[in-house]
Amino acid sequence: MVVNCEEVWREISNYLDDEISPDLRAAMEEHFRGCHKCSAVLDGTRNVIGLYEDDRMFEPPQGFSQRLHQRLEQNMPRNRRGFLGWMVAAAAAVLVAGGFELASSAASRQPELRSEHAQPGVGVPAGLMVVVAEDGKTFHVAGCGFIHDKAKLRSITASEASREGYAPCVRCMKKYLNESARYDSHDGDDVWEFAGSGEPISK
Amino acid sequence: MPEEATSLEDRADKLNEEMLIRRIRDGEHELFYDLIRPYERRVYSTAFAILRNEADAEDVAQEAVLKAFKHIRQFRAEARFSTWLISITVNEARMRRRKEHVEIMQPIVDHQDEEGNYTPRDFADWREIPSETLERSEVRQKLAEALASLGQKYREVFVLRDMQHLSIEETAKALGVSTASVKTRLLRARLMLRDLLAPGLGGNWSSRLSFAKGTKPW
Repeated sequence: MVVNCEEVWREISNYLDDEISPDLRAAMEEHFRGCHKCSAVLDGTRNVIGLYEDDRMFEPPQGFSQRLHQRLEQNMPRNRRGFLGWMVAAAAAVLVAGGFELASSAASRQPELRSEHAQPGVGVPAGLMVVVAEDGKTFHVAGCGFIHDKAKLRSITASEASREGYAPCVRCMKKYLNESARYDSHDGDDVWEFAGSGEPISK
Repeated sequence: MPEEATSLEDRADKLNEEMLIRRIRDGEHELFYDLIRPYERRVYSTAFAILRNEADAEDVAQEAVLKAFKHIRQFRAEARFSTWLISITVNEARMRRRKEHVEIMQPIVDHQDEEGNYTPRDFADWREIPSETLERSEVRQKLAEALASLGQKYREVFVLRDMQHLSIEETAKALGVSTASVKTRLLRARLMLRDLLAPGLGGNWSSRLSFAKGTKPW
């Protein structure tokens, strides 16, 4: 099988996507070896694809994620709690958080963990954005499937989370935790989902 | 051992996503934040690539995510959630364009028939991939301009296939066109972009848009 330049240009995209027959592929490869123009087109096309697939191409504007979450929040049905319920919960959370802040600043620099068996988040990058639930015990990376709390979630840095007494989730933060911490720090937060009990184990 | 861990993690990610969707459907709406967080960037860049405008892209991205939330029950597990979300984004972006008749920039290189053959205009060597050049914002700007200059049907296919890494079938489904059409448009989009960018990335860009007019005799 022999192909000319025009046939090569027609199939060059399918060639890159491996959407052609082995025969045609072999013929095109043969053609590229002898045709400078077509091999330049092939290289250039490949480079174009490589450049655009880079994640940095279209950066969202600053604050995009926060605004998106705000918009979602405004549109989310509050089926479990009314507005008043959220206000009460939020006020309680502020009090609890304030309490921890006071306790930790008064007693020592080591924060009081929300779960007595948890390990502090040593090894987790301080600036890492994590998600916490107001009355949860652990902090998670966004998207972790083990965030079980029904209370409102918020995003803070790992160091803020640690200051507030949250411990790292042993699942999603495991790459930051050392081997011993990974197995010792089990505070029960993470097993209930697999056990299928339907409710978190409360302390 | 590390390989095993990776595949387990992948499976765990997928299971997590399925579990999240199930729980959101069962009323734990707050979990939706976690479900979409890994895809927020992709939703925005898809909307931006179609609309070519930051403010519209952000608005459409928000609309698309809201719509996904409201219609989460309609999501079918046989599709990937990311593909479903991107399809919604494409639809929202298309609706926005129709509504506002945003055709301020006429496509520069949309003069050949979709069915006709595309003849490359530039055969300059361009062998090195200068991915580190993306760190320069003017290079990103050139790439964005080149993409923006394509006709919408080419831009959409290129964005979904080459930027969002959808398969040819997924791209066809998301756009409501045949796979043959996706392949033809993709070919043109890729070759047009190469023609637009090759003069700059192969050598050096001049301040003017070097691709506004074909500089090669062919």
